[in-house]
Amino acid sequence: MSGTFMGMPAFPKAARDAVRDTTLRGNLRHATRTIRAKRAAAVAELEDWPQLREAGKQIKDHTLRHLDRYLEQVEQAVTAAGGTVHWAADADEANRIVADLVKATGETEVVKVKSMATQEIGLNTALEAAGIRAYETDLAELIVQLGDDLPSHILVPAIHRNRGEIRDIFRDNMASWGRPAPEDLTDRPADLAEAARLHLREKFLRAKVGISGANFMIAETGTLVVVESEGNGRMCLTLPETLISVVGIEKIIPTWRDLEVFLQLLPRSSTAERMNPYTTMWTGTTDGDGPRTFHLVLLDNGRTDTLADEVGRQALRCIRCSACLNVCPVYERAGGHAYGSPYPGPIGAILTPQLRGIASEVDASLPYASSLCGACYEVCPVAIDIPEVLVHLREKVADQGGRGHRLEKAAIKAATWLLDHPAALTAGERLASRTRKLHPERLPGPGTRQWTNSRDLPDLPAEPFRDWWKKNHA
Amino acid sequence: MRVALFATCVNDALYPSTAIATVRLLERLGADVDFPAAQTCCGQPQFNTGYRRETEPLVRRTARAFADYDHVVTPSGSCVAMIRDNYPRIGARAKAEGRGEELAEAAASLVPHVYELTEFLVDVLGVTDTGAYFPHTVTYHPSCHGLRMLGLGDRPRRLLQAVRGLELIELPGAEECCGFGGTFAVKNPDVSEAMGADKLRNALSTGAGVLCGADNSCLMHIGGMLRRQDAPQRTLHLAEILASTEEEPLV
Ligand code: SF4
Repeated sequence: MSGTFMGMPAFPKAARDAVRDTTLRGNLRHATRTIRAKRAAAVAELEDWPQLREAGKQIKDHTLRHLDRYLEQVEQAVTAAGGTVHWAADADEANRIVADLVKATGETEVVKVKSMATQEIGLNTALEAAGIRAYETDLAELIVQLGDDLPSHILVPAIHRNRGEIRDIFRDNMASWGRPAPEDLTDRPADLAEAARLHLREKFLRAKVGISGANFMIAETGTLVVVESEGNGRMCLTLPETLISVVGIEKIIPTWRDLEVFLQLLPRSSTAERMNPYTTMWTGTTDGDGPRTFHLVLLDNGRTDTLADEVGRQALRCIRCSACLNVCPVYERAGGHAYGSPYPGPIGAILTPQLRGIASEVDASLPYASSLCGACYEVCPVAIDIPEVLVHLREKVADQGGRGHRLEKAAIKAATWLLDHPAALTAGERLASRTRKLHPERLPGPGTRQWTNSRDLPDLPAEPFRDWWKKNHA
Repeated sequence: MRVALFATCVNDALYPSTAIATVRLLERLGADVDFPAAQTCCGQPQFNTGYRRETEPLVRRTARAFADYDHVVTPSGSCVAMIRDNYPRIGARAKAEGRGEELAEAAASLVPHVYELTEFLVDVLGVTDTGAYFPHTVTYHPSCHGLRMLGLGDRPRRLLQAVRGLELIELPGAEECCGFGGTFAVKNPDVSEAMGADKLRNALSTGAGVLCGADNSCLMHIGGMLRRQDAPQRTLHLAEILASTEEEPLV
């Protein structure tokens, strides 16, 4: 990714542009609705889904509670199996470690498995600055990279593009990255996939260094697991001589038995498949089989701070399935870029403000990017109560004060006072009812203007309910 | 049976007809309805906007106002969800912050007695045929809080299906949020509007004369958009349809 999310505007503003982009709206609507229905069908096949979901939640919570112990276990196991473990407190440190490791091999290019952790730290940009070219090999990541674009979905980073746009990106840009696209490339999915396959194959065969993340790290044996659909991951994880994996510290599960639960939860939630096509697992290094050198970079980057928050920490259970994005009515209309980070949608709205903090305008606006409809919580395979965390983070933003929030707090305090003094409240209601003929249907001013732009206000009643009750019952 | 009506602030000030209909309906079904005057607002707008501490006086007030009642009934699913899900959280947080157990106890004493109207009708009174009469075409929008947080399921639909003269038409995309979301409508007006426009398109595609819901805040948003567009459909709270009878029809 050569683009960057830095300096994004607040969510409402970015969303306004997206809402008006009818091509984008159409692409997202079609894509999310298709996967939404498929996921529901795949999940409905399993009678014990609620139990699996509960087990997934419990395993993650248990691991997070004892994370210190499990991290040490991972380090010992990976080291014993011939790997080297590095600890990165933040994005800069992780990027430096990876760049140094690549430089030490003498190589200037790497192939990448799709990975959220490396998107989060902006690894490709950092490598570019160090004179190293990183090639994305996941089809959708390739489209994003060739289009000099930003990812807009966790699982399908190019979900905002349609077939025609992808054909144009391939035709215009493939040549400057390697093997060009055929002159007569059509927008048929099979042709597009073939063009990508040929373009990528020469990179797989040439690359000496592979970079990945991991979906899971199994503490008892130090085994890393990558779950994917295209086989590009398998290529990057087995062909290069050196493999570097950047993994968030929350990706641990204690045992292989626990993996059984997640290999059922993840594919059905993300791609609506019973089982994903490729699951690659490796433990350190093995002579004559796969990479001879293996480095594991354990990434914190705000995770221990998140862990310290009793309500917010449940976001660390996330297995990045993207089911919450696909059901989110706000994501469907605002698109992924409005969230200002590689983590869009409901999970992004609770994860980014915790990992990055709420100092910037876009990060402080994310907890409000939801109508709290609860569809995300309903589908989340590890039962993250996203609405609960959103409201909790709103409290932090409000406490921080700043633009608009001081005024809002004063208004809320005044409203609460009124609601805690029914006599004054009733007087206000009566006054409003008596003067109701004077109220216009569209009001000027902040707040009310947003409301009355597209909606009429309800007619005020002749009297509040209280007065009716007094006359008729008391 | 003695029942306390929790009218909610929105119905008290803007939709008294819904609260009146709830009283009439419950009385017709034999309940002895009371309206404790100390009640005001559950505090949902404050809490959902991030003002938890500012919500606390309303938790206290609401718990105290209904302390003497076994059954507290309200025609607003989102207010029930607020009380059921968030009052205990507010209590627990206050306790964790070293401010005593009073709020937690207030929440615990209130929560088991609060019912959303359709829960009360179907689960407590055991009624699906309320004896209502409403000769119109109706489509039903299940608000998110009722649908997902309370799990109201098919209760509202069963109640509507038993209404004489009523023709119920399925709403396409019924489970999707209408885009209201309290302050969301003001803080993210463009997305809210886009969601509302899709809801309207689906609602109007049914050809029904009435869009029925069980939460007036969502209906205020949807109805406000319908009226702005002069659309041939009006919004109506479920309680008002169920209160309508052959002797006293709603017009
Ligand atoms: S929050 Fe839940 S639903 Fe969303 S990506 Fe993470 S695991 Fe999947």
